[in-house]
Amino acid sequence: MSHVKINHVEKTFPGSKNTEPFTVFKDIDLQVAPGEFVSLLGPSGCGKSTLLNIVAGLDKATAGTVQVKEKTIQSPGPDRGVVFQEAALMPWMSVRENVEFALRKQHGKAESREKAEYYLKLVHLSKFMKSYPHELSGGMKQRVSIARALSMDPEVLLMDEPFGALDEQTRTMLHKEVQYIWEETNKTILFVTHNIRESILLSDRIVLMGTRPGGIRTIFDVDLPRPRDPASQGFADLEKDIMNVLEKEIEKVMREEMGDDFRNKKAGLLYSSNRNMGDHI
Amino acid sequence: MQRILVGFIIALLIGGFLGVLLGISKLADETLGSLVIALQSVPSIVWLPIALILFQGSPLAILFVVVLGATWPMTMNMRMGMKNVQPILLRAAKTMGYSGGELVWKVMIPAAIPNLLTGARLAWAFGWRALMAAELIGRGGLGRTLMDARDFFNMDLVVAIMVIIAAIGLIFEYFIFSKIERRVLSRWGLNTN
Repeated sequence: MSHVKINHVEKTFPGSKNTEPFTVFKDIDLQVAPGEFVSLLGPSGCGKSTLLNIVAGLDKATAGTVQVKEKTIQSPGPDRGVVFQEAALMPWMSVRENVEFALRKQHGKAESREKAEYYLKLVHLSKFMKSYPHELSGGMKQRVSIARALSMDPEVLLMDEPFGALDEQTRTMLHKEVQYIWEETNKTILFVTHNIRESILLSDRIVLMGTRPGGIRTIFDVDLPRPRDPASQGFADLEKDIMNVLEKEIEKVMREEMGDDFRNKKAGLLYSSNRNMGDHI
Repeated sequence: MQRILVGFIIALLIGGFLGVLLGISKLADETLGSLVIALQSVPSIVWLPIALILFQGSPLAILFVVVLGATWPMTMNMRMGMKNVQPILLRAAKTMGYSGGELVWKVMIPAAIPNLLTGARLAWAFGWRALMAAELIGRGGLGRTLMDARDFFNMDLVVAIMVIIAAIGLIFEYFIFSKIERRVLSRWGLNTN
């Protein structure tokens, strides 16, 4: 029995007068088991965020269906918590009020407060409950955002490059935090990233997506013991495997953007025969 | 004094409501929007002749002019605030199960508060000007006293009244609007210093 079921999902952006309709991906099939941590990895433009938005209900699929716990998705709802790349906190509310805001839709006042405090403690922010978002650092804001999504007790947690805008140190710390939260709450997590290491570090399975035509290329199972060590042999091997597949996809994207003469291996200009022109004068 | 307060409050309510309407409904924006802009460019004192006939010289005429002066800047700023709400906040609220009117009431309007404040400030200034102009021509209040003073060539009183008008404006600016504004901006995290 799977928790999240993505059946033959296709997304096409309708064309206008000057542009052709553009199919981002089609025939995406993916099933996520309860409590599983799955990463969606791919080059920019492969539609991994679009896919996540479809699961969240913020975007509509052109064809196909998404089911979460046997229920077909029609619109956004509190059974799927979303963490965006930006924290998206309401600036006029304190940290605690922001989390309560997500809860008030379903719970009473006292219960909301209790839950908000519990989840803020889980992300180690109890000291900052009364602060306002602009008083927090980027990492802290993102933790509030995670607490807010978790507090609704969603069936699945959707994370859209949640650490993309953060610096390296903060990111490393938040990786630990996410692992801790995942082990503690046993949530199903769907995680979008373009960072290979991040995906190996965190997930049970890595779904590699590609462009032109968009879709799932390969699915890697990550069997490394946790906590994972980026310096270990297994980690490095897997990273290399993924890189090999990903490189081809990235090259495709670059060629699309820069024209057909782009080559990944040798950037044309550096090795052109004209480079040493006039050397021996 | 009472006129400007009543007029100001009525203008805030009408302007706020219109602004929200224009901000959320494209249809309303495309139809009423240009009408609001047209009305905004008409100096409110121009309405006084009509108002005097409409209300037959009662004090309501001046109130009418004040409201007309103050409503449009409020409307335009409120509309701007509603349009500039960060889409990500709306998306986030949607994933929490909020929709429709609740989104407007709980996310868009609070997010537009800083613009609402700017609108209120402008509405006050425009209302105050409209009031003075209307009183000069109409009857009662500081404006009337000013005209009376001119009729008697009492220039001391004329200057004194002008000082009073400026002082009242200053008091409202310093003791009410800047205080509220500072509070709101710091809470919304918008002030830079």
